[in-house]
Amino acid sequence: MADLAAAAAVLHLDRVALSLGGHPVLREVSLDLHAGEFVGLIGANGAGKTTLLRLILGLLRPDSGAVQVLGRPVGRGNAAVGYVPQKQQFDPETPLRGRDLVALGIDGQRWGIPWPSRQRRRRVDDALRQVGALEYADAPVGRLSGGEQQRLLIAQALLADPKILLLDEPLSHLDIRSASEVVRLVARIGKARGVAVLLVAHDMNPLLEAMDRVLYLAEGRSAVGTVEEVVRTEVLSQLYGYPVDVLHVRGRILVVGGSEILVGGQPEHEVHAHD
Amino acid sequence: MTELDWLRQYVFTPDMFANDQVTNALLAGAVVSVVCAALGYFVVLRGLSFIGHAVTDIGFTGGAGAALLGLNALWGLATFCVAAALGVGALGDRARERDVATGVILALGLGLGAMFLYINTRYVNTPFTLLFGSIFEVDPDTTRVMVVIGLVCLAVLVVLYRPLLFSSLSPETAQARGVPLQLVSALFLACMAVAVAEAAQVVGVLLSTALLVGPAATAGYLVTRPGPATALAALLGVLETWLGIDLAYVSYYWPPGGKGWPVSFFITALVLVVYLLARLIRPGFRRHLPMSISQLPNPGAMPTPGARASCASPSASAIPAHRQRTAAHLREA
Repeated sequence: MADLAAAAAVLHLDRVALSLGGHPVLREVSLDLHAGEFVGLIGANGAGKTTLLRLILGLLRPDSGAVQVLGRPVGRGNAAVGYVPQKQQFDPETPLRGRDLVALGIDGQRWGIPWPSRQRRRRVDDALRQVGALEYADAPVGRLSGGEQQRLLIAQALLADPKILLLDEPLSHLDIRSASEVVRLVARIGKARGVAVLLVAHDMNPLLEAMDRVLYLAEGRSAVGTVEEVVRTEVLSQLYGYPVDVLHVRGRILVVGGSEILVGGQPEHEVHAHD
Repeated sequence: MTELDWLRQYVFTPDMFANDQVTNALLAGAVVSVVCAALGYFVVLRGLSFIGHAVTDIGFTGGAGAALLGLNALWGLATFCVAAALGVGALGDRARERDVATGVILALGLGLGAMFLYINTRYVNTPFTLLFGSIFEVDPDTTRVMVVIGLVCLAVLVVLYRPLLFSSLSPETAQARGVPLQLVSALFLACMAVAVAEAAQVVGVLLSTALLVGPAATAGYLVTRPGPATALAALLGVLETWLGIDLAYVSYYWPPGGKGWPVSFFITALVLVVYLLARLIRPGFRRHLPMSISQLPNPGAMPTPGARASCASPSASAIPAHRQRTAAHLREA
């Protein structure tokens, strides 16, 4: 039965372990991600969230365990995996429209200069429309807000028609309202197109209404399930290996260990360190 | 003296086209400007202006060394520039972070070059030519070589274009999609090195970054698309270089007379003036709608029906205070 579940999953992680520079980043991480499912990848800074994304993209290889996309071991240049990287800074004078950035999603990896065609333009317009970015698509990207740039990058990722969409901290530089807009947008697109979404966040609160399950990373190990199943004092204490508390404060969930807030409490601008 | 005569004497004289040195300079200048400007878009995009300058300073060592050995300085320049660029490429992103190391190494390059020039007693003019260029003294054979390697650079740029743009904007996404980042970066840096080595023939080692960065940065203020920006940069580069050559030619007749002004001065001054003008007259960008959708109080105002259906209006408490004010203004209006 386990094999059957693995076959049906678009992404299958089985006891993945990886050390970087002699330091174990991931010890045992497992997940089966299904089409149309929205999973939040939650963990504190340095928990290995970005490293896990790099494994799924085929940019890193696990020391042990399996990483399979659509039942096959991952490799680079896999169009089935769409990727929205962490926030990038564009100079306001960069001569580049949002539309140009998005069009790279079609075939940005190919050599040569793309020949403009009506079909290319239509595909780009469709992607822009899906993320609601059509009306500022001709503006220089550097003059757009963080949330607008985030939408463009999502449109870019969608153009390769991925089965899995990986988003690395898409919310970390956005205000609360833009963050919830992006979450709703991603959730809607995932459901409408049957795309599995794995969204990395250091704070699960903006995702609570949208996500189907949570993949919680701590100490290189993972716990998977609904928020109610996973984000509990007993489960997380076991995961961390020391007592932590899950607190519900005014509708927000905080994970506290020792004297620190591990997840859910960091101010946004402090959190963009690479794992 | 009529106004036309005055113009002919002090601003532009058709006689200059009868001069082989001038026509050769116009050709060499055009090739260099086009190649530099085309690469310049990516130099600016990738934040490589300083690296571009450092590369030429190290190229200066090669140029001076080649002159010492009695070889064509272009070969020494180009070899050292490419080697320096590939060295920088091998350092990767650390090169940009390590300003200090780059600064020290380029200073060492200049120092070594100075020593080669000191030892070299054959060519009195070499130091000035290498540092500040002397396009009227480029011989036709060298010009032919410059045309060929310039065209090779442009061809490589055409092949690299899409993955280069992709990896300049989103390196991680490009890598995930299969772009060989290091190969693309190394090839681009090699092209840039060749371009600045060629530019050093026109405006000298110290000023060659002006042609690399100036027109591209200028174009960035005037247009918003990569293709037109590159084309405009190339056009501006050629015009600036040609006008500079023209002014240097007629400056022999400028008072007090008898001594022309250096062409490098005119070209770099024109590059700067046009850049400043572009900054002044740049078109202010207007969005297609009078107000950005993201500033409207209700995300349900998004154009697609699907978006409207799924995006409920957030509660007032979720809207930051300054946005709430905007929302109130809108309602009143």
